[in-house]
Amino acid sequence: MLGGLLVPAVINGLALGAIYALTALGLTLIYGVLHIINFAHGSLLMLALYAALFLYTLGGVDPYVAILVLMPAFFAAGYVLQRLVIQPAWHGRDENVLLVTLGLAIVIDNLALWLWTSTTRSIDSRYAFEVVDLGVAFIPIAKLVGFFGALAFGALLWALMTFTDLGKAIRAVAREREGARLVGVRVEHIYAMTFGIGTAMVAAAACLLLPTFYVTPQVGYAFVLVAFTTVVLGGMGSFPGALFAGLLLGVVEALCGLYLGESLGQIGIFVVFILMVLFRPTGLFGARA
Amino acid sequence: MSRRTMRIGSGLTRRNVVLGAAGAAATLGMPGILTAQPANLKIGILHPVTGGLAYEGEQCRKGALLALEEINAAGGIKSKGGAKIEAVLADAQSKPDVGAAEVDRLAEAGVLAIQGPFASGIALATTQAAAKHNLPHLVDVGVVDQIVTRGLPNTFRFAPGFGKITGFALDALQKINTDAGGAAKTAFIVHEDGAFGSGMAKLLNEKLPGIGIQVMQTLSHPSPQRDFTNIALQIRQGNPDLIIPSNYKNEFILMARTLQQQRVRPKAGIYALLGGAASNVAFAKQYPQAAEYIMDCNHWYNPTKELSKVFAKKVADKGWDLTYELMLNYSCMRVLADALERASEPSRAAVTAALASSTYGDHIMPYGPTKFVNGQNEGAQPANTQILKGSVEVIYPAEFASAKVAFPIPQG
Amino acid sequence: MSGKAAGSVLLAALLAVPFVVQSEFWLSFWLLVLMFAFLGQSWNVLGGYGGQFSFGHALFFGGGAFGTAILQVRHGINAYLAGAIAITLTAMVGALLGYLVFRYRLRGAYFALVTLAFAEVARVLIASFEYTGGGFGMLVPLARGAANFQFDDRRIFYLIAWTLVAGGCLIALWLENSRFGAQLIAVRENEDGAQALGVDPVRTKVLAIALSAAMAATVGVFYVQNFLFVDSQIAFGPGMSIEALLVAIIGGVGTAFGPLIGAVVLHALGELAKQITGNAPGLNLVLYGLLLIAALRFLPSGFVSAFGRRPKASPGAVDA
Repeated sequence: MLGGLLVPAVINGLALGAIYALTALGLTLIYGVLHIINFAHGSLLMLALYAALFLYTLGGVDPYVAILVLMPAFFAAGYVLQRLVIQPAWHGRDENVLLVTLGLAIVIDNLALWLWTSTTRSIDSRYAFEVVDLGVAFIPIAKLVGFFGALAFGALLWALMTFTDLGKAIRAVAREREGARLVGVRVEHIYAMTFGIGTAMVAAAACLLLPTFYVTPQVGYAFVLVAFTTVVLGGMGSFPGALFAGLLLGVVEALCGLYLGESLGQIGIFVVFILMVLFRPTGLFGARA
Repeated sequence: MSRRTMRIGSGLTRRNVVLGAAGAAATLGMPGILTAQPANLKIGILHPVTGGLAYEGEQCRKGALLALEEINAAGGIKSKGGAKIEAVLADAQSKPDVGAAEVDRLAEAGVLAIQGPFASGIALATTQAAAKHNLPHLVDVGVVDQIVTRGLPNTFRFAPGFGKITGFALDALQKINTDAGGAAKTAFIVHEDGAFGSGMAKLLNEKLPGIGIQVMQTLSHPSPQRDFTNIALQIRQGNPDLIIPSNYKNEFILMARTLQQQRVRPKAGIYALLGGAASNVAFAKQYPQAAEYIMDCNHWYNPTKELSKVFAKKVADKGWDLTYELMLNYSCMRVLADALERASEPSRAAVTAALASSTYGDHIMPYGPTKFVNGQNEGAQPANTQILKGSVEVIYPAEFASAKVAFPIPQG
Repeated sequence: MSGKAAGSVLLAALLAVPFVVQSEFWLSFWLLVLMFAFLGQSWNVLGGYGGQFSFGHALFFGGGAFGTAILQVRHGINAYLAGAIAITLTAMVGALLGYLVFRYRLRGAYFALVTLAFAEVARVLIASFEYTGGGFGMLVPLARGAANFQFDDRRIFYLIAWTLVAGGCLIALWLENSRFGAQLIAVRENEDGAQALGVDPVRTKVLAIALSAAMAATVGVFYVQNFLFVDSQIAFGPGMSIEALLVAIIGGVGTAFGPLIGAVVLHALGELAKQITGNAPGLNLVLYGLLLIAALRFLPSGFVSAFGRRPKASPGAVDA
């Protein structure tokens, strides 16, 4: 009886996966260059969701328009965080950076709790219930926008990395830190730029996610584990990999949810991940990264 | 309110929040008043105000403090010379081990009783820890029935548990359905996969056929669940008369929105059991379309009583969400105050005895007089609400009803 | 004073707690400190000495906790025996998992995230079956008495926890001075080099993860006996994994007394933050997070390094 739901489930999985991909894009960039697992990623997503929410409720700014404001703002925040908080604690020990980002996550989450309380908030934008009829299912407009938006931002990031001097410098640092320094690249600046760009991508993801989701101080955790998984699955540091892996995981989750039930279906993502890592540890696109 | 009073204490006494003018004077250390006033009676208010249950915990805390403020303003505990109740606040951080440690802290702060801690998992740990100190523990919510069936003599639960709520819901549903000529014959159950959702689902699966409703499918989901499209599509395909959800607030909101997006409208309606948002005024206001006609069997107050109306007005004036956590903790504090009033002396044993013999009946809840049997308040019962024209109305039982049920929901 | 001397003094001082401290609150405070110190030590065996950063130690904690609870509740097995079986089984699970991932030479972030994934799979599976307690979790019936490993007097629990922590420090010291430990550290520092010298890296790491798993499972067993209740989110959720690595790293990764010092410091900071901020929800954790960040900035080698000497060797990085 579930056969008729297969196509809509796949479509929905792709829409969900696009959001996973977008959150993972920032994470994979940061991992690829700084070699750190950023535990604060989910918290930054939460912060961006609140920012978009307040822009809408207090300023009447549409979340999609808010991207124009929030991406630069979060870029700056990411840059400053890396420069002033993360870099000074590095001391050449990557495990310290891990804990610093964990500490940041604790601070950000609880600051949000203190400032905005744990009330669930969401926006009821005018297109919240507008859908496109695909015959087999209705697709909310907001999800379609999220899907194509994620693809667009993925392409944008790829173009940035491939065609600009900044992109070249970032790639040089990722590949050979000391070599890049020798040829005059300001490595610390590049690190902070990378963290800033990664954070800006989170802001974009938040703006695309908000119309179909809700905000609480804990909301980041709903996405952060999947984002980690997406990064590794795609091959650490690979953008096409993260994009593809995000979409794949969205579909895997939707299908497992359909056939195993949403509760047991959660393991789908992790089982795919484990098998993948064991049998192709470089990730889907790892060799190219 | 709470912000302001948080600042009253300072240094070491900061944790001990005293409400009311005399209390404030006491913490400021005015010896003249102190000698004239009997010692404060301390009550531990323990909830998960950080972590995953922070919203619920904060609502609980507000409710307890609101009642406490009123009691102190009305002259405190008269049999103890007008002694004020002093709240000692504690945070279980949504973790049972932290909750248990906080019970030890409260015991040492000299509290006479503890009220809290909302969640069942935490309650199992805190009631057990309180038992070691012979400290009476009034459980506010905690629907898992094992909390009161373990034979801990210090444990009292004010609200009804699983068994009671499900039984009540089935009676209500049967009555409503029969009155509507059996409009609902088939149902989908959608539940969160934690303790309360799965517990509910299990009981419902056993009992629904008995009232003439066939369970077509039971769909469980985790919390947090990121997307409800699959569930909505399965419901649409199965086309049941009734959807019976049991989940937390965030998931309920996502689900209700997704059902509307996918144009899923069960013929008879949506009947939630302890539905996270189905009895939430804020939800009803924000999503009037998605929320309209949703029924919920939940903890809820008796809206017809004068005391309740005053309470609801105060809550509205403060700009708080009117939720059952608020109501239950407001009531629990009043039950505790009554026990303090009747306790032969301000000691834990005397408060335990006073709670055990409580017949307190001036509730905002639709409860009979309090009567603890093996720790469970037998006077407790849930209420059946429905969201009608954007507000939460009680539709069953008839004696507390504020509106007439719309079932099956009007079409078109 | 070296880190070791400071750690030994601290450990000795903690033995006095149940005899000196009258306060139940502080007794349970120190009890939790010891519990997490030992959990941190279990992580340290694999992460510190073995250089394999696990993000999924909750898997082993949960294995012990659910193992003993299921054996007691579903099969009526005595608490001590149930605990022993649960620990043994979890060690075997650890070895199996280790064999699987080390055979494929997974390291760094890959290893970290794979352990996390395994813990998540366990969390979901445990919550999915009636036999394992389903969504509700496992509740061990309250039956006070030494025969049931449920002591009315918390001081006994405390002394058991202290013994565990002391034993954990001895295990770490043994690793620093034994042939096996030398092999483990050699594999951490240079796997290919160690292999060239005749060390079997897979076998060495598998033994280390089994030991680590057994230790974490012991904490799980202890947790259940203490609180008599566990659910899959508590046991297998990422929170427990983070707790394990946090105390070890903040204390001083790859040092014998690091986890103990880390647990003491972190819990003290948490308590301090609570006292300072009062009752505003969340503010104490904000302060706690800030203190954590400050600690990492100014004591990059962990709090052990506050006592003068740098730890023996810096472990491998979280890196692929």
